[in-house]
Amino acid sequence: MLLIRNGTVIDPANAIEEPRDLLLRDGRIAAIAAPGSIAPDDARVIDAAHCWVVPGMIDMHVHLREPGYEYRETIATGARSAAAGGFTAVACMANTEPVNDSAAVTTAIVESARKAALARVFPIGAVSKGLLGEQLAEIGEMHVAGIVAISDDGKPIMDGNLMRRALEYAAMFNLVVIAHEEDCNIAGGGVMNEGEMSLRLGLRGMPAAAEDAMIARDIAILERTNGRLHIAHISTEGGVHLVREAKARGLAVTAEAAPHHFTLSESAVAGYNTNAKMKPPLRTERDVAAVRSGLVDGTIDAIATDHAPHHRDEKEVEFDKANDGIIGLETALPLSLQLWREHGMSRARLIAALTVNPARILGLDLGTLGVGCSADVTVIDPDAAWFVDPTAMNSKSRNTPFAGVEMKGRATTTIVGGRVVWPEVGDA
Amino acid sequence: MIRFARRHMLGLESYTRDELSFVLETAGAFKEISERNIKRVPTLRGKTVVSFFCEESTRTRVSFEIAAKRMSADFVSLTGAASSAKKGESLLDTTRNLDAMRPDIIILRHSSSGAAEFLAQRVACAIINAGDGAHEHPTQALVDLLTITEHKPVIAGLTVAIVGDILHSRVARSNIFALRTLGAHVRLVGPPTLLPPEAAQWGEVVHNLKEGVRDADVVMMLRVQLERQGRNYFPTIEEYARYFCLNEEKLGAAKPDVIVLHPGPLNRGVEIASDVADGPYSVIMGQVTNGIAVRMATMYLLVNRPSAELEEELAEARRAAVNGDETIATGRGF
Repeated sequence: MLLIRNGTVIDPANAIEEPRDLLLRDGRIAAIAAPGSIAPDDARVIDAAHCWVVPGMIDMHVHLREPGYEYRETIATGARSAAAGGFTAVACMANTEPVNDSAAVTTAIVESARKAALARVFPIGAVSKGLLGEQLAEIGEMHVAGIVAISDDGKPIMDGNLMRRALEYAAMFNLVVIAHEEDCNIAGGGVMNEGEMSLRLGLRGMPAAAEDAMIARDIAILERTNGRLHIAHISTEGGVHLVREAKARGLAVTAEAAPHHFTLSESAVAGYNTNAKMKPPLRTERDVAAVRSGLVDGTIDAIATDHAPHHRDEKEVEFDKANDGIIGLETALPLSLQLWREHGMSRARLIAALTVNPARILGLDLGTLGVGCSADVTVIDPDAAWFVDPTAMNSKSRNTPFAGVEMKGRATTTIVGGRVVWPEVGDA
Repeated sequence: MIRFARRHMLGLESYTRDELSFVLETAGAFKEISERNIKRVPTLRGKTVVSFFCEESTRTRVSFEIAAKRMSADFVSLTGAASSAKKGESLLDTTRNLDAMRPDIIILRHSSSGAAEFLAQRVACAIINAGDGAHEHPTQALVDLLTITEHKPVIAGLTVAIVGDILHSRVARSNIFALRTLGAHVRLVGPPTLLPPEAAQWGEVVHNLKEGVRDADVVMMLRVQLERQGRNYFPTIEEYARYFCLNEEKLGAAKPDVIVLHPGPLNRGVEIASDVADGPYSVIMGQVTNGIAVRMATMYLLVNRPSAELEEELAEARRAAVNGDETIATGRGF
């Protein structure tokens, strides 16, 4: 038994935002009540004074690299990194080796996550076999094995007909299709955002139009289906407008944004910093502001990291040869808190974007502190100040653009199914 | 006063007006050596210069080699094909190995923008960027500037038209950065496919060659990469030439004392007609000659960097001389 006292409970699913004590028993939320009204009895007590007590955070977009690229990350190290960052659940993308395009790979991931016993890990299946963008993968088989969505993330689905069939077919299992929106022809092999900065640095740019055009295409396709479309890591002003407009028309479209896209602009690439290289690329200040306002007004539903571990050797190279992506699990929370602190996002909406919204998109029975629900809880000290030290991170990789940056806010306790998984101090 | 205190020559974007002038003055002073009967001075005796070219080049590589040898440096040349890149070694590892042999300078040419800056942060020796992708080619721009000043002593106020594939040109970038710093009026001429909207912040953008060179003091032609054909930047080389090949007729719109530059190698009949390339306004061969002086000056300045330590050493030497010890030459002339 675990009693979390003296904290402010923020539970958007149940419209609670006030001081509450929380009792966890047998892996479930047993009681939520006014401060001091639950007798501790023999429960272990966590003092959450000055802290927020929120549903366990969910990152619906990570790359855990297992199987195939264990030198970058494993399910165990990724799940530990998640727990350290305050996440009780993550959904991992299919671009492993072999690709998660079959029930066998899905099962192996589920099993590996069970053994790690840290944050929950939900596999996302491939849309197409081998991520080749040609033939549908066995989505039904993977569904039975435990996938929570389908995506060819990393490989844009250039074939519009394949996207249409994926949306139609996945609807049969109520699986959402997560789309990496990039028209490769328009992107033209670019390695950063196309604009003033790419011109100055002499780097090949990919214009925002590559993302906007694909989002527009997929929204148009969605209208002909009864599927659900989720836009991954939205990064452009145009994309945010398209999603806002599609939602206003009542379409089943949702979107996520990554902390780097609402924190950094393309200017971070200066000096050919490969830790500022990712897809979609860091965009202009104007795009950053548009992504923030999309989060503030609810156009963008979820915050997801696109945690993408890469080995040092894959980043310590010429800019155009460097791999895309950065790690994000352990910096996502403080960067997200900035939206509330500096940019007018309400606390409830911020926490919803990190909990119940991704849970609903993936169809997970998580992200709420309702009595009887899974006891997945994150305790957040919003004022804890700390400096990012990549060597002190729990991820196997170190590719972050935030090294040495001061952060404000961190998860003090991460609880999965009633068990404290961070800090790692044994069973509750 | 320290007028040049850089460890590397990576690009001209951050150079001040003073620094540019100083490098050009120094280069001007080096020109005379190449006119001597015995073209060799001991300036870099005992220094090792490695040229590491991962992209093909004739002119620039030879220019650096002659410049280094005229200053008595030990010169080693390594090309991409012969380097370990073929065996799968990374650029960083190859360069670290070269650096471990304690050269004074590595001259790098590489197809990746930023390659020189990337290595400069990771080696002990000086790096000279001899062209990194579509980023910068600082010594070529210094050659162009030196050549211009020989005909037009004051760069501030000149109208300089740069014509061609601005998007992919490292020569254009280095020139644009330096010319703007020195107060020239820069005009960029080419088809819109090779001049993205953001180019307007660098200068006046013109899509018509005759209008582009109108009343220009200087016209800089860029080489058209023939392989751009087929990637839809323009339909064919022939059509490109029709609109952007500088011939005498089009050049007539420029000032009567215009000079025409080209970094080479020439695509005759594509971006420049022979009547212009070989005509009275052309200073192209002068550029090639100046290449030696600019590269001598660059190597000299980097090796004889007036650093704090060097200043201290010189002060020490002066004290020793005053005390009647063996006289140590303090002059850094050549």
